Amino acid sequence: MSAPILSVRDLGKRFGSMIAARDITVSLPAQQTVGVIGSNGAGKTTFINMVTGHLRPTHGAIHFEDRDITGLPSRTIKAMGISRSFQVAQIFPSLTAFDNICVAAAIGHAPKHVMGHVWTPLRSPEAVSEAETLLDLFAIRRYRDTLAVTLPQGVRKLLDIGMAVAGSPRLLLLDEPTSGISIEEKFDLMQVIMSALRNRKITVLFVEHDMEIVERFAERVLAFYDGTVIADGTPAATLADERIQTLISGSRPNAAKGGFADV
Amino acid sequence: MIQHSRIIASSAFLAAAAAVFVLPDWMISLATIAFANGLVVLGLIVLWRAGLVSFGQALYYCIGAYAVALVGRWTGITDAILLVLIGGACAGLVSFVVGFLLARYREIFFAMLSLALSMILYGVLVKTESLGSTDGFSVIVPTFLGYAPHQDGLLAALYWLVLAVCAIAALLVDAYFHSVAGALAVPLRDNEIRVEFLGLSVSRLIHTKLVISGLLGGLGGALAALAVGHVDPNMSYWTTSGEFVFITILAGAGSVGPAFVGSLLFESVRSFAVAMLPQLWQLLLGSVLLLTILFLPQGLGSLITRLRWRRGVEAP
Repeated sequence: MSAPILSVRDLGKRFGSMIAARDITVSLPAQQTVGVIGSNGAGKTTFINMVTGHLRPTHGAIHFEDRDITGLPSRTIKAMGISRSFQVAQIFPSLTAFDNICVAAAIGHAPKHVMGHVWTPLRSPEAVSEAETLLDLFAIRRYRDTLAVTLPQGVRKLLDIGMAVAGSPRLLLLDEPTSGISIEEKFDLMQVIMSALRNRKITVLFVEHDMEIVERFAERVLAFYDGTVIADGTPAATLADERIQTLISGSRPNAAKGGFADV
Repeated sequence: MIQHSRIIASSAFLAAAAAVFVLPDWMISLATIAFANGLVVLGLIVLWRAGLVSFGQALYYCIGAYAVALVGRWTGITDAILLVLIGGACAGLVSFVVGFLLARYREIFFAMLSLALSMILYGVLVKTESLGSTDGFSVIVPTFLGYAPHQDGLLAALYWLVLAVCAIAALLVDAYFHSVAGALAVPLRDNEIRVEFLGLSVSRLIHTKLVISGLLGGLGGALAALAVGHVDPNMSYWTTSGEFVFITILAGAGSVGPAFVGSLLFESVRSFAVAMLPQLWQLLLGSVLLLTILFLPQGLGSLITRLRWRRGVEAP
């Protein structure tokens, strides 16, 4: 295994008396594709929020490529190379699909000094060409000039992830990329996303509730329960684990009454 | 299409500059004030595009004006260009300082807070006897790089100065609208979280917009002070801010040109209304605003896009 791109030690988050995450210790080697499973409230999104700087961890440390990024603001972390997509696609509804990605690409290409964004044109040749490339990579070229507000759900998801990929991140965290997508479309959507990310050699961590998708697309699975990681291994081994089946995947008939299975 | 609008803008500028030789003096002095106010409107448009409506832009207008008047009175500087730059800088500095507060608010809270700040200045000026209280005081007669014109010459010189400042401001603001930070106005209105996760500080982006609009407000006020030759606290009163918002609605926030056209139209309608209907001129202005909102909700600027659309020409 190569040196870890992300390593997280003893990470925890407490909201008052509620413990949202605790004792999370994980390290991800570069270019691995990691699936994250767990019932609602298991701490998956809290984990992503801490790594991307949206939430400040109560304790523990996060290192990205040997740099301590614990508690840094999300924009700094994004500039370092960690990007994310959202459970509900976060796009700019009044702009076209192209402009959405172009904005994201332009921010990535602008010089980092204070006035960089004031003097760099939005449609710089670099930003435009990256936006065009990403439209192709995510197979949404035919929606290029459609206003984002009118896009179908699946395209919104792809657009959201396309925006996250603009600016060449090295680690991408996808929070439920297939939520709100019909079962028939899920596999195709994941196929597009994963081949695009492989093309860009991006390390991926994705949250997913559909065990078939996890089995198919993840090289490794982290199972979250009650705010911490209770299993970490290959999809085959993790999903076959009886404890995981009872607590998370709900694939055993007698586990249904436990109520952990997600809707 | 970009070429077209450049040609139109340059010919409009040249026509406006040449108007001095053709139009009567009262029209030129009306246009001088209108274009100076157009700068303030341009500043409002910068904020407007990001979904922020300032009901206190008169704050910067008044600071620019008083800065010119006070510097002229105390230091004996008479050079118009220098005075205008000082006026703009003072307002820009104030907007930078209050920006730390204002950048944290949105929508009605932003509008009311900016209004409150302008009314504080109004209150202070009204109570300051040494600055003429509600009467204000007069501004020195400016010189232009050593040239000291009188009457007609002064009128023309001021008018050209205003036009020059407007042209430079329009070019810079247009470039800003096409920059990453400037283009991030609609995205900010749409989704601040996304902007933050794309790697930019939302509050810094908004702060930049506040400083640009403050600077423009100050330049407008400074030029207006020189053109009118007098400053008074009403320049900071909320009705003054309201007028700027009115003109912004009339102009629309699509591009820079309509700010000046809208301002000219507003001043013309007002002069006309005051002359024709001395008792009812507000009624006429109100009707114009109502008609604009009903039939031209995107402002004058949208007329051009509509025409293009009707001709079937693809917008740029």
